[in-house]
Amino acid sequence: MGDDQTRNTISETDTLNLPILIIGGGISGITSAVELAEAGQEVVLIEKENYLGGNVSHFNNYFPKLCPPSCGLEINYQRIRSNPRISYYTGASLKNICGTDGDFMVNIQLKPRLINNSCTSCGKCAEVCPEERPAKLGRTAGEKAAFINNGLAFPMKYCIDPEVCKREACARCLEVCDYNAIQLDASPAEVGIQAGKIIVATGWNLYNATLIENYRYSEESDVVTNVEFERMLAACTREKIKLTRPSDGLTPRRIAFVQCAGSRDINHLPYCSAVCCSASLKHALTLEAEYPEIDAEIFYIDMRLSGRNEKLLKQAEEKERITLTKGKVGRILPGDEEKGLVLEVEDISSGCKRKDTYDMVVLAMGLTPTPVAAGLKVNEYGFYLPDQPSGMIPTASCKRPMDVSSSVKDATASALKAMQR
Amino acid sequence: MMEAGEIHMALAVCSGCDIGQAIDIDKLTDAASEAKEGLSCIKHNTLCSEAGLAELKRLVLEKGVDRLAVAACSPRVMSREFEMDGVQVERINLREQVAWVMEPGQEDTQMCAEDQTRMVLAKLDTIKDGTPYIPDQLSSDILVVGGGIAGLSSALGGARAGYRVHLVERSARLGGYAGRIYKMLPDSENAATLKEPDLHDTVKELEEHPGVEVYLETSIKSISGEPGNFIVSLENSRVSELQVGAVVSATGWKPYNTEKLAPLGYGSERVKTLEEFEQFVQKEQIPDRILFILCAGSRDENHLAYCSSYCCSAALKQALYVRELNPHAEVYIIYRDIRTTGFQEEFYKMVQADDAILMTKGVIESVSDQGDAVKVIVSESLLDDRVCINADLVVLATGMVPNTTSDLQLQYRLGKGLPEIEYDFSDSHFICFPYETRRTGIFAAGTVRAPMDMELSREDGAGAMMKAIQCIESVKRGEAVHPRAGDISWPELYMERCTDCKRCTEECPFGSYDETEKGTPLPNPARCRRCGICIGSCPERVIGFADFNINSVSAMIKAVHVPDEFEEKPRILVFVCENDAYPALDTAGINRLQYSPFVRIIPVRCLGSINKVWISDALSHGYDGILQIGCKPGDDYQCHFIHGSELTEQRGVNLKETLETMMLEPERIQTRFVEITEHREIQEIINEYVEEMELIGPNPFKSM
Repeated sequence: MGDDQTRNTISETDTLNLPILIIGGGISGITSAVELAEAGQEVVLIEKENYLGGNVSHFNNYFPKLCPPSCGLEINYQRIRSNPRISYYTGASLKNICGTDGDFMVNIQLKPRLINNSCTSCGKCAEVCPEERPAKLGRTAGEKAAFINNGLAFPMKYCIDPEVCKREACARCLEVCDYNAIQLDASPAEVGIQAGKIIVATGWNLYNATLIENYRYSEESDVVTNVEFERMLAACTREKIKLTRPSDGLTPRRIAFVQCAGSRDINHLPYCSAVCCSASLKHALTLEAEYPEIDAEIFYIDMRLSGRNEKLLKQAEEKERITLTKGKVGRILPGDEEKGLVLEVEDISSGCKRKDTYDMVVLAMGLTPTPVAAGLKVNEYGFYLPDQPSGMIPTASCKRPMDVSSSVKDATASALKAMQR
Repeated sequence: MMEAGEIHMALAVCSGCDIGQAIDIDKLTDAASEAKEGLSCIKHNTLCSEAGLAELKRLVLEKGVDRLAVAACSPRVMSREFEMDGVQVERINLREQVAWVMEPGQEDTQMCAEDQTRMVLAKLDTIKDGTPYIPDQLSSDILVVGGGIAGLSSALGGARAGYRVHLVERSARLGGYAGRIYKMLPDSENAATLKEPDLHDTVKELEEHPGVEVYLETSIKSISGEPGNFIVSLENSRVSELQVGAVVSATGWKPYNTEKLAPLGYGSERVKTLEEFEQFVQKEQIPDRILFILCAGSRDENHLAYCSSYCCSAALKQALYVRELNPHAEVYIIYRDIRTTGFQEEFYKMVQADDAILMTKGVIESVSDQGDAVKVIVSESLLDDRVCINADLVVLATGMVPNTTSDLQLQYRLGKGLPEIEYDFSDSHFICFPYETRRTGIFAAGTVRAPMDMELSREDGAGAMMKAIQCIESVKRGEAVHPRAGDISWPELYMERCTDCKRCTEECPFGSYDETEKGTPLPNPARCRRCGICIGSCPERVIGFADFNINSVSAMIKAVHVPDEFEEKPRILVFVCENDAYPALDTAGINRLQYSPFVRIIPVRCLGSINKVWISDALSHGYDGILQIGCKPGDDYQCHFIHGSELTEQRGVNLKETLETMMLEPERIQTRFVEITEHREIQEIINEYVEEMELIGPNPFKSM
C-alpha cells in the first residue's frame, strides 16, 4: 500500500501468485481492485492522473438518487487504505506490455508530481504559490499551480501543475515546505510490474464537441458540454456559489439541453451513448431543486432510460420549470445583439421548425473509448471486445458506453474473470 | 512495577502542520500524563516522517507499548503509517479538527485539544484487543439458485475460479427463458446480426465441469446459518442437505400479468405477448400483418412504473425475424421511445431500413378483435392524429416482473427472501455498490435484481459470484464485508442481562439476529456488518464490540473536563458518523473553515449506534448540548447502514420526552444530516447549534 514510487518489482517466480494489474483508477478500476483484494488477491492499480477517482471524482451527483460520487469513492478509498493487498501508482502511464497470459511484464512511466510522498498535505505550498492554473469550467477559481484535487482527494497529497509552475525561477514553495516534499527538478521514473492478469479499465472520453460545427462550441462560450456543466455544478456545490454563465458571469434563466449531440449520428458516433438522457434529466432536476431561477428545456429524439431510472423522466414531466421537447436541434446561432443563443429545432411532434433563445446550451455529448493498450481487439467503433484471447480483460466503459452502476457491476464481473487462472 | 496483563499506553504528538502553533504541546502532554498514570509520551515535529516513525517504533519497543494514541492529522491522511503489529492504535485528529479550525494559541483551543486527547486515552483504557469471529465449520462452496442465463454464468464463473458450485434449478432443464427462445439479440461483436441461441455450449461446459453439481427439479426447503456456514435443505433431491459459504439468487423474472392487459386486447387468440410469440414462431405460420405494441403495461403508473429495458430490442428482433420468415409480412411498431441503447442502435437502423416495417410513436386508444383482424386505433402518432390499423396478429411487448426471492426460504427473523427496494426488485439502493445486499453473503443476480437483457444478465451473474467468493474469503479471515471491509470486531452479547425485548433483532438492518420463541436474540456474527445499530437499540446495554462499546464511549464522554457554569464555556458533545460527516469535517479543516472550540467530537460507526445512555451520561456530566450529525435519511437515503439515520430520528422523539421529564429543553439534543460534500454546511450547523445552546444557557445539571 502507499503510492510507493519505490516499490520493487515482484520477484516471485511462481506465476500463479502474480498480482493482477488494473489499468485505470476510475470508479471501475478502483472497484475491480478492492473487490479482488478483499477476495484475497494481490493487486496493483495504476492511474494516469495524479489522483484516483477518474471522471466521477469531478462530478456533482449521480442519477437517479442525485447523491454525491465522493460518498462511494470515500468508502472505496477507505477500503484501499486498510487493505495491505492493494498497491497503487498515480501519475502512471503505460509504456508497454510484454509477456503472455499468466506472466505479463508491464512497464509504466511515472510522471513527476513535483511533490513527493513526504507531503503531509499541510497546504503551505499552495498558500505561497503565485501561479494560478488557467480558469477552466468547473475548476475552483484561483486554483494554484500547487494544488490538491479537492478536499476528498486520494491520495491526500499535493502536486504541482508542471505546465504552470515556474520551477527554480520561483521556488517559493521550496522555502515554506517543512517536509522536504518539493522536488521541482524531479524527472520521470520507470517501473516494471509483473502481473498474472491485466484488467483494462481505461474508461471513456467525451466526443470532441468542436467537430459538430453546427453547434458552435468553439465560438460560443455559453455552449458547454454535459461534462463541463457537471463540473460547473460540482464547483457550485463545493464552493457554495451560484451557477453563472461563462460569457458574462450572469445567472442564466433558460438553459437548453441538446440530446444526441454527436451520438446516433452517422457523421459522428453511429451508436447511442446510453447515459446522456439520464444525465440531462439529472441536470434538469438538479437545476429545478437548487436553482429556482433557472428553467430547463431538453430536446431529444427518444428518451432512453432503463429500469428504475424511468422515474427521472416521470419526475421531470411533473416539474413546471422543465420542458421536454421531442425534436432535433439543427443549428445553434448567436443571438441578436450578442445576447443569448438561438436554437433551430425540428419539432418532431408538430413537424414544425422552431426558433428559440436560451442563455446557455448544454450539449449532451456522447462517449468514446480511450484506447491505450495495443494488441486488444476492438469493435468497429473502437471499443474493446469483451472476450480477448490474450489474458487481458477489458471492463466497463472502454467496452461500451455505460453508466456508473453498470460500470461497477461490470468491474466486479471482470474481477471474477481475473481470478480464473 | 508492570504486571502481566497490564496495559502500557503511550501518546505520540505531532507538532507539524500548524499543530505546534495552535496548541502548546508540552501542556498537552502534561495534561495527558495527569489523566493517565504511567503514560509514555513522545513529541515530534513530523511524526509521519521516517525519523518520526523510527522514534515512535523505538518507544513502542522499549516500553512494550500495546496501546498507542497518535495525536496528529486525520486518520484519513496518514493511515497505515501509524499502524503497528500487536499495538492498538487510536487517533486524535488534532490537525483537521482542532488546529485548522480553531483560533491558534487560545485557551479554548488548548482545552479542546486536551479534552480530545483525554477522550482517546480513556477509550484506549476501556477497549479490548479483538479476536476475529470465524465460524467453526467453514465451507467455500457456493449455492446458485436458478439455472437461467444469470445462474449459468454465475455457476460457471465460480467453478472456473476454483470454487465448488451447487446449482439448483426448479424445472427439469437448464437455460431458463434464454433456453426457450427462437433467436437472440446481436452482441457487441456483431451488432447487426441476430444470434442463434448459444446456451448449449455453456450448459455443456457446466455439466461437464467437475466443480459444478446440478440439481434439477429441485427447490429450497430452507437456508439457515451465516456466511461461511449456511445450511441448505433441498426439496426433492438426491442430496437433502448442503453446507455452503455463500448464495447467489438468480431466480429470474416472469412476464407482466396478462390479465391486466385486456384493454390492449389480451384474451383474443390474435393477441400475444413477446414470450408467447417467441414460441409461436417456432411452431406456426407467420401471418401477413403484425403489429407490435411497445411498453404494454410498462412505464405506466397503473401497471409497471419502470422500464423493463429489454422489450424494445426484443420486439425489434421479432420484427426482423418475422420479415425473414415471411417476406410478405408487413410489420407495424407503435412505441413511446425506442430504447435501443449503446450498440443496439445499429440494429435499430436495420429495422428502420426495412420498408415493410413501419414504426411510429403513438398512444394506443383501443385494440379490438373484429373476428378476421384486430383493429388498433392509435392517436398522437407521427403519421396522423388518429390512425386505424387492422392487423392479423398483435404482439404486446410486456414488461418484466421479478420472481420472488422468498423461494430462498431463509430462516431469518426478518423474512424468507431478500429485501426489495423499488418495484419488488431485490436491487441495491447504492449506485456505487450494485451488489450491496442486506442479507450478508446472499447476492441477487440478473433479472431478479433489476430488469436487464441477456448480455447484462450474464455479466451480472459473474459479478454476484465475485461478491460471493469475496464474502467467503472475508469470513475466513474473520473480517467484515463492505462497507466496513476488513473490520475484525464483532458484536458480543452479555446475555445475563438481556430481557428479550427484541429490539436488536428487529432493528438490525442485515438480519444478523435470529431469535428463540421467547424472543431471546441468537446472534450470527458472520452476517454482521459492524454498524453497531444493535448497540443503539439495546436498552439494557448488553451489546458491544471489543473496540466500540457502551463503556468505551461513556469513558470518552466522561474524560472531558467540564468547566462550571460561571466560566461561560459551554461544552457540546458532537457524535459524528464516520462515513460522510467525518470526512466533511476534515474537508472543513482543509478549507480552514473555523468553528466553535466548545465542541467535543466522538466519531461513531453510524448514528444508529448511539445508545441513550451516552446521552444521559453527557447530560449528567454537564455537557450543555448534544449534536448528532449523520448521513441523509429519506427515500434516497445515503446511510450506508440503511436506516441508521432514520432510527436516530425516531429515537430522538423519545429522547425529547425524556428530556422534558428531566425539565431540560428538548433543543439540547439535535440531529442533523449532511452529504459528504457539505463541509460548508457542517461548519454552519456546528456554529449555529453552539450559538443556540449559548442562548439557552448552561445545563442545570452542570454543577450537580
